[in-house]
Parts: sequence; C-alpha cells; structure tokens
Amino acid sequence: MRWVLGLHEIGEAERHIVGGKFYALAQMARGGLKIPSAFCITAETYNEYVSITGLRERILLDLHRKDFNQMRWEEIWDAALRVRNLFLTHSFPENLRSHLLQAIHDHFPDEAVVVRSSSPEEDSARASFAGIHESYVNITGDDSILDHVRLVWASLWSDAALLYRQELGLDIHTSAMPVVVQQLITGDRSGVAFSRDPNDPHLAVIESVYGLNQGLVDGTVDPDRWQIDRTTARIVNHAPAKREKLISPWAGGVQVTALPEDLSSNPPLNDREVRQVFDLAMQAENLFGAPQDVEWTFKDGKLRVLQSRPITTTPVQSSDDKRQWYLSLRRSFENLQLLRLRIEGELIPAMVEEAKVMAEQDLIGLSDSELVEEIRRRNEIESKWVSVYWEEFIPFAHGVRLFGQFYNDVVRPQDTYEFVKLLGATEMESLERNRMLEELASAVRSDQNLRERLVEADLADLELGFSRILEEFIGRFGDLSCPVTGVIQCSQGPEALIRLILEMADHSPSKAAIQFRDLETLTSSFLQRFQGEDYTRAAELLDLARTSYRLRDNDNIHLARIEAQKLASVEEGRRRIALQGKTDAYQPLVEEISVLSQSENSETDVSTPAQVDGAGFILRPRQLIGQPAGPGVSRGLARVILQPSDLGKFLHGEVLVCDAVDPNMTFIVPLCAGIVERRGGMLIHGAIIAREYGIPCVTGIPEATELIRTGDSITVDGYLGIVTLGSATLS
Amino acid sequence: MQNSEKMRQSLLRLFDSQRLAVLSTQYDGQPYASLIAFSFSDDLKELFFATPRTTRKYTNLRADPRVAMLIDSRSNQEADIHQAIAVTAVGKAGEVSEEERPAVFEGYLARHPHLEDFAKSPSCALIRVAVTTFYVVSRFQKVMELHVAA
Repeated sequence: MRWVLGLHEIGEAERHIVGGKFYALAQMARGGLKIPSAFCITAETYNEYVSITGLRERILLDLHRKDFNQMRWEEIWDAALRVRNLFLTHSFPENLRSHLLQAIHDHFPDEAVVVRSSSPEEDSARASFAGIHESYVNITGDDSILDHVRLVWASLWSDAALLYRQELGLDIHTSAMPVVVQQLITGDRSGVAFSRDPNDPHLAVIESVYGLNQGLVDGTVDPDRWQIDRTTARIVNHAPAKREKLISPWAGGVQVTALPEDLSSNPPLNDREVRQVFDLAMQAENLFGAPQDVEWTFKDGKLRVLQSRPITTTPVQSSDDKRQWYLSLRRSFENLQLLRLRIEGELIPAMVEEAKVMAEQDLIGLSDSELVEEIRRRNEIESKWVSVYWEEFIPFAHGVRLFGQFYNDVVRPQDTYEFVKLLGATEMESLERNRMLEELASAVRSDQNLRERLVEADLADLELGFSRILEEFIGRFGDLSCPVTGVIQCSQGPEALIRLILEMADHSPSKAAIQFRDLETLTSSFLQRFQGEDYTRAAELLDLARTSYRLRDNDNIHLARIEAQKLASVEEGRRRIALQGKTDAYQPLVEEISVLSQSENSETDVSTPAQVDGAGFILRPRQLIGQPAGPGVSRGLARVILQPSDLGKFLHGEVLVCDAVDPNMTFIVPLCAGIVERRGGMLIHGAIIAREYGIPCVTGIPEATELIRTGDSITVDGYLGIVTLGSATLS
Repeated sequence: MQNSEKMRQSLLRLFDSQRLAVLSTQYDGQPYASLIAFSFSDDLKELFFATPRTTRKYTNLRADPRVAMLIDSRSNQEADIHQAIAVTAVGKAGEVSEEERPAVFEGYLARHPHLEDFAKSPSCALIRVAVTTFYVVSRFQKVMELHVAA
C-alpha cells in the first residue's frame, strides 16, 4: 500500500494515484522550478479509508436513493452535506492515522500547511470549473490536518462535483481523491499568470495582489493586471486595481483585512518582478509543452510556483444550463450580511408598502381604459418582485446552509440536520397565521351556537370577539380564497376560510407544539463552545441563519400579497366584462386579461388510475422512497393536490400529497396526518413547517402525485423517507 | 401505462440473467424455502421448475398450491444493497399437463441443458407457477407491484 508519496517518487505510473495537481508539482520539482515542499496522500489511502470505515457503501447507498437526473439542486446540496458529515464523523482507523502522522511529522514538524485536492478528474477540468473541490490554507496540528484531509476527500462529492459529474467524469463507484499536503508559503505578494492570454495568443497575462492569492482566486480582492508580449517580453499594458484589501493567514484559516495605505498607492509588482513572473510562466509552459495557468507567490524577494495547470477554455454554456446559477448561490458570510441589510431595510418594506398602496386604491372608480392601464401596471409590479425574489431572496437562503456546514464542522452530530433545531421559527408569518386560525377554531369549538351559524353561512352579527379576529385575519392574510382557487379566480369571499375553521374546530387542536422550550438551552449550549472572536462569529452566523430561515417563508407571503393585488384588478376586469358582455368597447380589457390568464393557467397533470396494459398487467406502487424530512410515522387517507381547489376539500387526518407545500397553503398543515412532496430537499418550506408541527414528512418523490391517488390508504415513515401504499396483506 | 411495459422489460432482463430462484412453500403453517432452477413464459405470467415427486417442496405444494418465488440479481457483495433488484412472485403452483410438457421442456432445457436427465426422469414433476403478482424491489427500498389482470 502506497499511503503517501513524496515529490521525487513520482513517475507516469503513479499519476493516477496522486492526481493531476501533485503530478504537475513533481514534474516542476524535477524540472528545477522552485516550489514549496509537499507530499501526496494517494488515492489508495482514500480507498482504504472508505473501505475500512464502511463509508464507501454508505455513500453509494445515499447517492443511489434517487436517479441523479431527477434530483433538484437542493437535493444535491443535501446529499453533499450528508456525505460531508459522514467524513467528519468517521475518524481515521488507527493504522492509517499512524502512517499519515508519520508523513506529516517527517515533512512538516510544527509547520502550517495547505491541504489541497488533487483529484484525477479535476486535472483537465479545473480551470473551467473552479471551486469544485476544496482547499484549506493555514492548517496546523496533527488532528486539524487530518480533519482537513477528510474534508478534502468529502469534496470529491461536493454539490458542484455532483452537478458537473458528467464533465468531470465522476464515477460514484470508482472515483477516489488524492490529497496534496503542502508547506504554507506566507507570500507578501501573490498572483496568477497565464503564459498565453486566452484572448490573444501573442500576449501573456499576469495578475497580482498583496498577501495570499486566495482572495484573487475567489474574487474577493481585485488584482493589478499586466499584459506582456510573449516574443519581446515587453510589458504592453498595466491595469492597476483599487487595492483596498489583503488576505493573510489568521487563526487556522485566512482573513481579509484593509490594505495599509502605504501599500495601496503602489502596484504589488515592479516591472522587473513582472518579467520575473513572466519568465517563470514561460519556463512552466516549456516544461509541460503547453500554455500554463500558474499560481505563484513572492516571499522575502523569492519567487515560488504554488501550482500549474494547462489553460483550458471554458465551455460555452447553453442558456438552459442553470448550474452556474446554482453555484452562484454559494455566498460568503460578508456577502449575505450585505444582502440581509438590503432585504430587511429596503426590499421587504418596499414590497409591503407597494401591496398596501394597491390595496387602498379604488378599482371600481376607475374608467375602463384606466383599469386596463392599472392591470398592466400591476402585472409589471408583480414581475419586478418576482425577479427580485429570484435574484435576492433565493440567494439569501444560503445563510441557512452556511450555518449548517459550520455547525456540522464544530459539533459533528450524527444527525446531519441537527442544526435546524437551532433556527427556531418564532417569527414566521405562516405560523402566526396558523396560530390565529387555531384561535378562531377554538372559539367555534366552545360555542355551539357560533358553530351552527357558521355552518349555515350566517355571518351577520357574529359575536364581536370572533368577528374582530376574523376581520383581523382577513386583513392580514386574506380570506384564503386565492390559494384555494389557484389565484386564477379569487372569489373574494370567506367561504373557504370558514370551512377550514369548521374543519379545525371539529377536531382537537393540533399538537403543534412549536418547540420554543429547548431553543434557548440549545442556543446557549452551542455558543458555549466558543470564546472571544469565535463566539462573536458563531453568534453572528446563527443570527444570519435564523433571519435567512425566517425570510424564506415570509418572502413568499409578501409576494403572494402583491400577486393578490394584481388579481384583484383582473377580477374587477372580469366583473365588468361579465356585466356588459364582450362588446367592442371591452376589447382591450378582454385582451389584457386573456394574456394574463394564459400565463397563469399552468397545466395541472391529471392522475391516471392504474390500468390494465395491453399485455394484461397492472402496475401499482407499494413503497416509494424519498428523503426523510420530518421524523415520525403516520397513516391516513391521501389527499392529492393536483389543482388548488383540491385544497378546499382537505379533511382533518388526511395525508397531504402535493408538488410542494407552498407557503401560501400552509394553513392546511395543522389538519395533516402526514406530508408527501414531489419536490425534494431538507430545507424546503414544507419540510420546515412539518418539523415545526411534528408531522411526519417525506420529500423528493417526483412520481408521488402520479402514483398516489386521493383516497389511497398510505403510511408516511418520516424517519426513513418511505411512503407505503395499501396494507401488507397479499391480494 | 407505458411504465408497466418498462417494468416487464426489466423483469425479462432480470429473469434472463438469473438461473436460480428461491421457492417458498408451506405445510401446516410451517414455511419452507428451497433453491430451484427456473424458466419462464414469454409473457412472464408463468414460471416453471422441475422437482422429484419425493421432495418436501412437492408434498407441500400438493397440499397448498399457494407459493412465492424470489428471483434477484444479488452478487453477495455489500454493493447489493443499493444495486440489486429483487422480485417476489406470488402465485399458484400445479403440474404441467402431458400435452404441454414438450413445449415447456424446450424452454426449460434451453436454459438448463445440463438438467435434461434430471428433468426428464419419470419421477420428476414439471411445475408451473401461475403468477398473480410480482413485487419488485429496487434502490434498496423502492417497491412496485405488477399484477396479472384476472
């Protein structure tokens, strides 16, 4: 077994077990280029680890639960997080540990190191898909280095790697990850060099920053940029940067700080040094026989290569490839803090205000042509907020993920989603809505007279306390007719709401034990792990995650209010047309409404009952697998939501089967025995709400609404993520 | 539904790739499992195997013709958990009649030529299982049922 290999033990035969990055380093060492000392933990070591610990089959089992092509991005992120947690919670077997410690002590006694991926797949693709696998800078101490080796291994299965599995040639059965452990050179100036400009074959390009080059590589720090004539070695252009920040090693990682003023007025490299870097890049190009993308650093006047790889051209992305967008959702803490200020300070208040102004407008008083104009205007307002939703609100959801990963790194829980317990849900709008509903239901429960009047739809002169809460509810959340009619036709009447209150009143209140009790204890016991600056950082991350968690619920409700206002104008148009008939005078109104209705009228798929096929067989589902998203087991009759009006028929004790629990339909949740969703993910709205209410929930069964029919008896196992149809007796 | 067509295709592939199955019979409430060499009809509705009439399984299925058969693609590796497909066929067993024997034999011996002497022995019965339902397990826990329409 070749556990580790040094730079001088590498030939062509070793390439596949040390990966592209280390192989290139070994070639440079042999070619006489100055590089930091390093060793490689081979792919064989990875294989040994996943075999002995049993992780190989656990990873396969997890990644095989569902066809990759059917997995949404959130599910891929979830899978990657679970795999990462497996690596975190399985330490090295003793034998393996001692081999690795030996190598660490031989090479780097008491020295900070960089732990980098050197995946064979990454070799050619890396330049195009940067950031797919992890690298960790400034790691010290045996245990910390070993932990980070496992984290780099886990990144073989990162969300990005799984998304680009085809391009990377990632094979879930055979892929393995070699890891480079490299001396940390704390360079005072660093950068990258392209020995040939991808846009101009006559030039080379050099980019440089003060400090370490992590900031340049991930885009946090703007570099100075030079172009050099490849033939004459003359600098033909220098584009200076703003030079505001620098990255330096700090407490087991790196930090961004302000650049001292005396440095910010000078470029990081002088002309002689630029040519020195250029020479180095050309040396690398000659060594490898192809243009190179070289990472380098200056320390105390000495220039070193950190890594070199061939320049690859980024493949042109087709416009329906959303993967780059998904990956752009991985935001930094700093980025999310800024986003939070903007969302809380500007966007949400503006959205609330806009809905309020529309609600106060008198539509009936408008002339027909003014109404057409108003419908158009409201449609534009809605489109504007929908795009804000995608560009600002959805990326903000990453706050939860950022915290989840941090929590798992620190706590290493057996349950990958333990961190969700810390997020709480005290201020979620939809929970407040459900709390008010329960208040109304409980009033009905204790007042037979009130109940009878509601059944008869006699709403005049209701008891004052009740009607005040009812009005307040409708004022805040609407009368629920929109979600129940699919917002195409909001009947604007309280029938749906009354029916729901009656259904709730006929049963004892949902246990809905929203677990406030543990939250404080959990929070303080988590934060006790930290001191000083780490404490502040952890507390800030948790606060950000809570905001992000809450907002991902509330933003949908705010958006729905905007949409409801647009529909109110459409409804007014419909009313006028119905009164007058489709005369020529109404043509503009008719056209405007029909255009809108087309985009709203999304097709609802109709469930096909199991039928005898041509060969005399009937296919029926018995047990479907998804993700366990809310613990518990329950049984009930299925209510499949194929169109919004199905919601209005929901009965207490049924199992909700739907595409996804839209935040605007969570009022039904207290009635549910269980929840089954087509859409997958642990942090999607339905899963969050189900956990809050302690309702068993399984997500990510794409064929659920097709294979399960309303009235089927089903069992939801929210521990294992299994939905079972029918009974165990053989028929 | 075309999905049932897909399911039949994957059962055909599985049955083609497997020679042996586990047969479950029972006597007086006591289950009993045996390994058998099987063949199947093109329409998948019938499974066949041969057994001497002196065996326990033969006695059992004469007493109660309700049987189950397990056909699977396991390789006795841990990867089976996520890779293997397992099909439980439930149905009624009975002896193949004299007139049908030649045709069934042809299919059976094409799959198991080395069993010719055994299967053609006068003491050996050729058994047909008329399947009512296949229970198909894949991806560790996904279960679909394929029923033969009555």
